[in-house]
Amino acid sequence: MRLLTHNMLSSNIKGVINGFPLRIEAEKVVIKEVDFNPDFIKNMFSKIDWKALADASKIMGYAELPEEVPDHSVLDSDEFLQKFHHALLQLHLEEGALVCPETGRRFPVNKGIPNMLLHEDEMNLDATCTSSASNP
Amino acid sequence: MPPRIAQIRLVSSHPQVYPPCDDSFALVDALLADRTKLLDHHPSICMEIGSGSGYVITSLALILGSESKNALYFATDMNPHATTVTRETLEAHGVHAELLTTNIASGLEKRLSGMVDLMVINPPYVPTPEDEVGGSGLSSAWAGGENGRTVIDKILPVADSLLSEKGWLYMLFLAENDPLQICLQMKDKGYGSKIIVQRSTEEETLHVIKFWRDLDIQIEGNEAVSGGKTAPQRGFDFLRSQISRLSFRETRQ
Ligand SMILES: C[S@@+](CC[C@H](N)C(=O)[O-])C[C@H]1O[C@@H](n2cnc3c(N)ncnc32)[C@H](O)[C@@H]1O
Repeated sequence: MRLLTHNMLSSNIKGVINGFPLRIEAEKVVIKEVDFNPDFIKNMFSKIDWKALADASKIMGYAELPEEVPDHSVLDSDEFLQKFHHALLQLHLEEGALVCPETGRRFPVNKGIPNMLLHEDEMNLDATCTSSASNP
Repeated sequence: MPPRIAQIRLVSSHPQVYPPCDDSFALVDALLADRTKLLDHHPSICMEIGSGSGYVITSLALILGSESKNALYFATDMNPHATTVTRETLEAHGVHAELLTTNIASGLEKRLSGMVDLMVINPPYVPTPEDEVGGSGLSSAWAGGENGRTVIDKILPVADSLLSEKGWLYMLFLAENDPLQICLQMKDKGYGSKIIVQRSTEEETLHVIKFWRDLDIQIEGNEAVSGGKTAPQRGFDFLRSQISRLSFRETRQ
């Protein structure tokens, strides 16, 4: 699991209000080289929650990202983009867990794939019916 | 040179994972048929729900491939063997997707709400007894409950909440799923629809339907789909005539 995935995940347990970001328990971190694509990275910058990425990256053993949300102008710096690229795409959580910040429920990550499946009693009655707008 | 799609010999497998079948091929054929439009669409986030062997998401990544290097792909499946097999298939083709073992897109819905530009779905669509839906084992890959609609009807609202303003959804249905009714239902949520591929084998009639948010369609509030008469819209009569020409099997009155 790349930190990009982690950045898009929140706890889906019934009743949890602020399930983001999930806390990372890292057992095995691997680094996988990915071609550097500055356009892709720049495109992702606006979609990323910076603090969640910086904190997660530190837990994964890479403390090179600024803690504060950087100004947009950093996107002109190749050095910054390289670090951002590394944290977002090259650090993989291979084994470990993602922990719900509210309930402490652990979601296992095995062979690099997080498992967000819930037990029945953790699901919203209509977990998948997000379009509550159609219900008066 | 024909655009590259996933190669069967490179698709990984597992006894409990749905291998590429006619439905998978129909969905990929729909993506190939719309290739030029998809490239012009420049999707930045793409997602497949229920990726199984990974044949479809891998093909999508290859089709968009070199001309759309900046796209990000997600693939989910509730079967952990499937997400593992999907990963192997992606790797064998040198492409990448963010993988998640989950129910539909649970866990991604908050952060990706309104952000997905392209979704592709080949759901479990076969009419079966309700208690076969979502079980463990291979049957959950196709078991769709009453009229094959149980999982489909759960996926559609999720797709609606994930799709961006310019979002497109390509989804596969069986004639027994009553695709016309699904199109009507989606129309009430503001979607246009069009059949991209229609294919009949001895056993089944498959349709791949594309949905997109259509600003010309007025959303009809809380009106119940089944009872409410919605005025025919431009283009929609065409769809209706397209579908009614197909040979539906008599599964419902
Ligand atoms: C008909 S198969 C399609 C597989 C693959 N996409 C293809 O076209 O060859 C449906 C897939 O959806 C998965 N699935 C079924 N119900 C699901 C759910 N509620 N959430 C996520 N995936 C689901 C099954 O495990 C299976 O892999």
